[in-house]
Amino acid sequence: MNNILELKNVDYTYHTPQGETNALSNISLCIEDGEFISIVGPSGCGKSTLLSIIAGLIKPSNGTIKFKGNNIGYMLQKDHLFEWRSIYKNITLGLEIQNKLDKSHIENVNNMLSTYGLERFKNSRPSELSGGMRQRAALIRTLALEPDLLLLDEPFSALDYQTRLQVCDDIYSIIKKEGKTAILVTHDLSEAISIGGRVIVLTKRPGKIKKIIDLKYPEEYSTPFLARNAPEFKNYFNLVWKEVK
Amino acid sequence: MSEMQLKYLHTIRRQKIIINLLRFLVGFIFVGIWEVAAYTGNINAFIFSSPSRIVNLFIEMCKDKTLFVHLGITIVETLISFLLVMLIGILAAIILWIFTSLSKILEPYLVMLGSLPKSALAPVLIVWLGNNMKTIIVAAVSVAVFGTIITLHNHFNEIDSDMSKLIRTLGGTRKDIMTKVLLPASIPIIISTMKVNIGLSLVGVIIGEFLAANKGLGYLIIYGSQVFMLDMVIMSIIILCILSMILYGVINLLEKKFTR
Repeated sequence: MNNILELKNVDYTYHTPQGETNALSNISLCIEDGEFISIVGPSGCGKSTLLSIIAGLIKPSNGTIKFKGNNIGYMLQKDHLFEWRSIYKNITLGLEIQNKLDKSHIENVNNMLSTYGLERFKNSRPSELSGGMRQRAALIRTLALEPDLLLLDEPFSALDYQTRLQVCDDIYSIIKKEGKTAILVTHDLSEAISIGGRVIVLTKRPGKIKKIIDLKYPEEYSTPFLARNAPEFKNYFNLVWKEVK
Repeated sequence: MSEMQLKYLHTIRRQKIIINLLRFLVGFIFVGIWEVAAYTGNINAFIFSSPSRIVNLFIEMCKDKTLFVHLGITIVETLISFLLVMLIGILAAIILWIFTSLSKILEPYLVMLGSLPKSALAPVLIVWLGNNMKTIIVAAVSVAVFGTIITLHNHFNEIDSDMSKLIRTLGGTRKDIMTKVLLPASIPIIISTMKVNIGLSLVGVIIGEFLAANKGLGYLIIYGSQVFMLDMVIMSIIILCILSMILYGVINLLEKKFTR
């Protein structure tokens, strides 16, 4: 398999007038094309910082990042759909910024809108949509730029529990259907475990990789929601729980 | 609709009617007492004027059209000042947002100018710019512009940094943050500063007209008080009240249109 992303010995230290804080230390990681990876760890362990570094929003203090793709998509905790734009205009915001409002991109957006049940809301304002639909719209906004790698920064944490399970399933299946590689950061262990793939456990600050756990579920438990019922789920949970503690 | 709902609607309507009636009554009683007191000589109509004298003067000044000249001048000056304040205010706030260090350097000066009582500037402006409309407009702009810059700039800095992060994750630059987030998100605050500024511009124009004019409502007030034509002074004040209410109303309409 091809590695789409390689991190080697990445450190990150941030500075404030009160002092310096070592947020990440010696992170080395390879991610294969098509993988779905979850990163868990105690709060403040630098999970989000790691995503910002991968996305190129901030530079690591040390270490190298190799990304073999064209485009990284980033999904934030809150959907940040702009109330002064319609759903359609929100979704095409990235295309607008990058001057990619051409025929093929627009067609792609329209396809996704209809596939994922948002076509009716094209001209609605964000406030008219439910939390789950808003998160779906935010995902389509990210996918519109056709990223090879998706970074998900606790995208479900702003939702209530019930919606959260649904949206997690929803987003997971969309990402799988579009065949994207994804890195999910979360503090919810069962969410990370239900998604499958690999779970990376980070230590307390400074964040180091403590353990990488491979997860495999039988065919019939193929979505995060179903995986919660798989017999393996409990074992994986205990395994991860031991590492996080 | 259920009977309860009808009853509820009925009560609301009745309350509304009663409030409107009482509002009118307060004004009516005030004007009535004033007129009677002046008529019976309980107050000196020469100093305190009276509603009937004001109405007479109003009709007279409408007939010879002098009122419209004064009113027109004040309106024009106010609108020009207001537009200049908004234009300068928005542009300056954007520039300060773009050049962060510039805003840090200028901050103490802005705060100083913002809290300075601007009427203190008016005499200086007359000496510098002369006894004309330029002075009045500059005076009016100086009253409102510093507060506008400070308010807008503070607001720009408060815009959710996550929204800026979103733009950056979509590959946008600071220019995109400005055009796609900052300005659209600021429309409500721009309109609310407009509401404040239309009033402040009027204040500034009247201050200016007190000192450097031979036309305008401010001029009528100062002239009337000097020659003891209190009818003229109070009439001008009443017209000013109505004018400020109308101007505020126009901005309110604008707000309804833009913010839905």
